[in-house]
Amino acid sequence: MAEQSRKSGSINPEKPKDMVPIYIMGKRYFVPKTLTIMKAIEYAGYQLKRGAGCRAGFCGACGTVYRTPDSYKIKVGLACQTVVEPEMYIAQLPFYPAVKKTYNIEEMEPTAEAVLGIYPEVARCVACNTCTKVCPQELEVMDYIQETLHGNLDKVADLSFDCVMCGLCVSRCPAEIQHPFVAILVRRLYNHHLVPRSQQLAKRVKEVEEGKYDAEIKWLKSLPLEKLKKLYSTRPREGDPGVELKDNKIDWNDEVKFDYSGTNR
Amino acid sequence: MELREHPLYSPEMIESIKKVEATRPRRAEEARRGYRFEKMSLEEADKLLHQFHPDYIMEQKRELRVGPSKGELLNHEVADIFEAHSRLAKKLDEFSEFIKEPEITTDVLVIGGGGAGNAAALMASEHGADVVIATKLRLGDANTMMAQGGIQAAVTPVDSPAIHYLDVMGGGHFKNDPDLVEALVKDAPFVIQWLERLGVMFDKDPDGTMWVQHGGGTSRMRMHSCRDYSGAGIMRVLRDEVRNRPDKIREIEFSPAVELILNERGECIGAVLFNIETEEYHVVYAKAVVLATGGFGRLHIQGFPTTNHYGATGDGLVLGYRAGVPIRYLGAVQYHPTGAIFPEQIVGLLITEKVRGSGADVLNVDGEKFVFPLEPRDVEAAAIIRECAPVEKGGRGKGVRTPTGNYGVWLDAPLIDLLYGEGTIERKLPAMVRMYRRFGIDMTKEPILVYPTLHYQNGGLRIKPDGSTNVPGLYAGGEVTGGVHGTNRLMGNSLLDVVVYGRRSGTSAALYAKEQFRDFGKPTLQHIYEYEKELAEIGVPEDKISPVILPNYVPEHVRKKQLTSYYQGNLY
Ligand SMILES: Cc1cc2nc3c(=O)[nH]c(=O)nc-3n(C[C@H](O)[C@H](O)[C@H](O)COP(=O)(O)OP(=O)(O)OC[C@H]3O[C@@H](n4cnc5c(N)ncnc54)[C@H](O)[C@@H]3O)c2cc1C
Ligand code: SF4
Ligand code: SF4
Ligand code: FES
Repeated sequence: MAEQSRKSGSINPEKPKDMVPIYIMGKRYFVPKTLTIMKAIEYAGYQLKRGAGCRAGFCGACGTVYRTPDSYKIKVGLACQTVVEPEMYIAQLPFYPAVKKTYNIEEMEPTAEAVLGIYPEVARCVACNTCTKVCPQELEVMDYIQETLHGNLDKVADLSFDCVMCGLCVSRCPAEIQHPFVAILVRRLYNHHLVPRSQQLAKRVKEVEEGKYDAEIKWLKSLPLEKLKKLYSTRPREGDPGVELKDNKIDWNDEVKFDYSGTNR
Repeated sequence: MELREHPLYSPEMIESIKKVEATRPRRAEEARRGYRFEKMSLEEADKLLHQFHPDYIMEQKRELRVGPSKGELLNHEVADIFEAHSRLAKKLDEFSEFIKEPEITTDVLVIGGGGAGNAAALMASEHGADVVIATKLRLGDANTMMAQGGIQAAVTPVDSPAIHYLDVMGGGHFKNDPDLVEALVKDAPFVIQWLERLGVMFDKDPDGTMWVQHGGGTSRMRMHSCRDYSGAGIMRVLRDEVRNRPDKIREIEFSPAVELILNERGECIGAVLFNIETEEYHVVYAKAVVLATGGFGRLHIQGFPTTNHYGATGDGLVLGYRAGVPIRYLGAVQYHPTGAIFPEQIVGLLITEKVRGSGADVLNVDGEKFVFPLEPRDVEAAAIIRECAPVEKGGRGKGVRTPTGNYGVWLDAPLIDLLYGEGTIERKLPAMVRMYRRFGIDMTKEPILVYPTLHYQNGGLRIKPDGSTNVPGLYAGGEVTGGVHGTNRLMGNSLLDVVVYGRRSGTSAALYAKEQFRDFGKPTLQHIYEYEKELAEIGVPEDKISPVILPNYVPEHVRKKQLTSYYQGNLY
């Protein structure tokens, strides 16, 4: 019934070729069938302000829920990554109330208790798996929430890594959990406290602080352009056939070579 | 699915995919022996660039007619935003009064909520400043969020900041500002460590050693990554940390800056923000201002599709330029060699360089290699354009035609699994695999079709190594600036740039606010009056307005009927 009246109320009731009807918040528009939901909304005449960020599936600004006539199911997707379907009913959900807590990563313990101290609602998870079903990134959302409870922060970090923080899971969770916020907190805790720091990196930072490379860079900066080009175009590339690098010295070109003995610097 | 029945591909494409499959075992064998397609000499590369790179098409460019860098040769789309009226122009007298009363007063105003902006805000707050960060969309809706490949830093025993310096200079065709490059490569290991401590999840060995790999133009392996969500890995953490300090850093979303405010001494003392939802203007006074508005991909230069986020319209360039900051190398635009060109829905989106870095070949319609896969970006892009260009136009006519009439070349992703074992692609490139799967293509089994896409603004506002500009009180960092990458940035050096110069500009701004700032003086829009005078001399039509704020993708047939929307519903 409602369907019918909407159709007849449409300003452009004819079905143009290769176009499909969609309902943007209940109002019918014809759009080319190859478009993503995001482009279809724009095609219909909207200038998006909310609900579009990266336009490429990375920022989570464009969470969208929709239904199609063939099913009672609520479907979800990122508007920038989902192609329109005929007769789909679309509503964008660019913002779902969620409140990030503040904390000091350095002072926190990397434990389940600490995370629960910040987001106690995690303990309310009823394992309904709705969050997993709704995640456009196809993450095992329920699993990462459960692993949080079990204190397996490494697993949480791994399982949640591809989260774009769209909040669609938050919108459907009966336990009112804020999954993406839990995930980022755990990832930061895990990486700050439990993953070993790179020793190689620490060593290099120290070397730079001690000025170990200053002379080489100063020399490079002083080279005439022709020499710099020569040095550049003859530089060996790590991993190339026949290239064996012993160290990080600039000594591959006999004509343009840094003097490590320091005699003529 | 059998290729033959694949609903997406045309018969021509299927024919070509079969050729790719036929040459794959041979190519795998060659790769195992360490054979790669020969790299181009500097001379060859130079010739290729002049013939096929979009930057060298002179009809697409013109000399800028106004402002401190008058005479710069820019693409029309870029010159257009400089040769345009201020959004305040029609009511300049009214706005001059309006700006006398600030709604917010702070120590440091950061404009732009991407990597550079958030890093600047954090560092400014570390140095005791009260910070306001204003951004166009949401905090983190930014190019930084989209970076996939990684971030460079010379940390291995066979690498050094000096060798990194050489790579950056060569990649940038030796046009780079040496002082900026020096700071970039020397800060690099330190900023990676800073990010590591903030809890960024870098790819690592169990003992903590970070994975590194090659990127285009690197001579040593120094690309650090967070799977293929490197930018998101960094951006999410920086944003989280900014939001952990609400008492020191106040964020204002959906409120792009539309003009800077100077005082009678020519010092920058704030900005006018525009709330794009309620359409109010807000005046913010700050002792120092940091511009971190990112790039200009959404200007769709020369009609190219882009990889950039929705708000990448070059606003900061216009703001800084009108306030008197010169630009450099803005005529050099980076086209990423591998943008998706098929299927239609993802045209222009980035196929990270890591696909090539991980071992995928670049192939023509015959399934044959024609270029070293990791040439500097401009060279790689030009080589792909040449391969696809028709023979009559000096090209080779070896592109693969898509059903909608575009041309592209193959990236043979399945070769990666063949070389390094099944599952490698899934593991290293989950974002890519997911994106293609959403549109019906399994890139672990099938090659993917690519063509260059508008990617990065190589040039920008002129800064010094401390992030300062020639306007006292005005700082800038990240993609909005120019000089550090010369005329061609290498992948992995801009995420680095963003963190290094975001940090530097934030620190410098806080120190300036603390030590050098005198008082706000008499806030004026005098620089806008003067700029408008120059515009009047060259006769700029009234409806040309910048900053652009958001591109408009409403189709022509609808726009024709939106008879009264000026910037409501049409921000351009
Ligand atoms: C798809 C993609 C992949 C990339 N991959 C890599 C990679 O692997 N490695 C690498 O090193 N680099 C990569 N880059 C480049 C790199 O990500 C960017 O150059 C860098 O992140 C820019 O950071 P930024 O902070 O300067 O700008 P952005 O991150 O773009 O942030 C700018 C911010 O300012 C906001 N803004 C714009 N105008 C205004 C205004 N008027 N007022 C207020 N706010 C405004 C924007 O909305 C945005 O939030 C990639 C870029 C893209 C697009
Ligand atoms: S939707 Fe909520 S309650 Fe259900 S499994 Fe997910 S986290 Fe648990
Ligand atoms: S986990 Fe939740 S917030 Fe993250 S991508 Fe999935 S649905 Fe979106
Ligand atoms: S707009 Fe960023 S995920 Fe869709």
